[in-house]
Amino acid sequence: MPRYFTDEHEWIDVEGDSATVGITEYAQDQLGDIVFVELPTVGDTVEKGKEAAVVESVKAASDVYAPISGEVTEINSTLEDEPGLVNSSPEEDGWFFRVNVSDEGEFEGLMDEDAYKEFLANL
Amino acid sequence: MSDDDTLEEAELGTLPLDAWHRAKGARMVPFAGYEMPIQYEGGGIVAEHNWTRESASLFDVSHMGQLSVSGENAAAELEKLVPGAVTSLGEGRMRYSLLLTEAGGVIDDLMITNAGPHIALVVNGATKWDDIAHLREHLPDEITLTHYEDQALLALQGPKAAEVLDALVPGTGGLTFMRAAAFDWNGVPLWVSRAGYTGEDGFEISVHADTAEALADALTADERVKPAGLGARDSLRLEAGLPLYGHDLTTEIDPVSAGLGFALSKKRREAGGWMGHQACAVKLKDGCASTRVGLALEGRLPAREGAPVYAGEELVGKVTSGGFSPTLSRPIAMAYVGADYAAEGTALEIEVRNKRLPATVTPMPFVPHRYYRGS
Repeated sequence: MPRYFTDEHEWIDVEGDSATVGITEYAQDQLGDIVFVELPTVGDTVEKGKEAAVVESVKAASDVYAPISGEVTEINSTLEDEPGLVNSSPEEDGWFFRVNVSDEGEFEGLMDEDAYKEFLANL
Repeated sequence: MSDDDTLEEAELGTLPLDAWHRAKGARMVPFAGYEMPIQYEGGGIVAEHNWTRESASLFDVSHMGQLSVSGENAAAELEKLVPGAVTSLGEGRMRYSLLLTEAGGVIDDLMITNAGPHIALVVNGATKWDDIAHLREHLPDEITLTHYEDQALLALQGPKAAEVLDALVPGTGGLTFMRAAAFDWNGVPLWVSRAGYTGEDGFEISVHADTAEALADALTADERVKPAGLGARDSLRLEAGLPLYGHDLTTEIDPVSAGLGFALSKKRREAGGWMGHQACAVKLKDGCASTRVGLALEGRLPAREGAPVYAGEELVGKVTSGGFSPTLSRPIAMAYVGADYAAEGTALEIEVRNKRLPATVTPMPFVPHRYYRGS
């Protein structure tokens, strides 16, 4: 299952025509203690590069952008009660939402894991 | 992902403890013209916040301005610029006060201490240069204004702060809240006040920049003490209901609207003779159009500075500080709301990203103060 990364520190796992989105370990570390996650609603359409969710840390609110466009098919409603999951397991249990993939061409320009690691090293 | 905080490109100053912070794994951010630690490695803001409430934390507040006024009639001359009594302030006693414009707007909030030979002032970091200009403009030439740029300022805050500091600097535990005195630490002169801005018992320690690192090491060598950054400082002061200059206080806000009537001493309200008196007297007599209140929010979504406050469809105010309270595990905020909506228990709504969050006017502090006023 390929995993891609954005330069805004979102990750996306692609399985068939479904894609799961979350924020990276680096992102959660930068944000600090997360106290609230605002997720899209199932059935919403998200657009690549546009705001799709919001994370509130103790410090500030930060937007999470959709790495690709599509219709939201599922959200991680566990985060409503346990926003701290994004801190403890950002790249697994702390996933945000799933979308159906409408345009595979949009994967172009996203980074693979090695490229993202290199991107982080140069920040 | 993007952070809402915008970092301004500006020439940033370096604090005496800069290297010490970095060695402790601090994440440094630009604040008040300096690079300052927002949090340290391994903890996080909530952990640092909770540690301060349970044990003791060391905050570097060296960005703040340490000033003094001295000379004949220094107290009387300073008194013309602040609403608090200075001439009657006993030696070693301190008072929270305000620098005001003629129109009653808050230029800064500050601590004033009768330090014996001079009157010591601690002012906000972001405003210190404007404060100095204001003081110099309005104080007579024969009054000396000194800026102690070579002094660092450390705040040790929390219920175990007194035990820790007294073990290191015997006698400091004998101070009570809002008292200050000179002490000696292994031949190093310290100026210690029992004050702070977290709502906890604690101290602020002025020490020469050259010795600041040694003192910070000595304090954090005690396992009861951990360093804490600006993030925890902000959530602690919000829980304590203490206004933050530049957010809850500005030159557009007067002390009466800000709920700082206690800083306008009764005698001086009547006697006048201080900058801003007339404007404040009108507010005291006629009341304020809006006033600072505490708001308790339902749910978990915090409301931040700038969020509009509604009563039904009517826009009645604006949030000036807001965040998630680690102690209460729910969001809290300070806002200015119309006087008709300021009564305790008033049900209001705060708009956050097109959603209306129910909020109730609540007395402050949100978390009780634990100052040490003597046994």
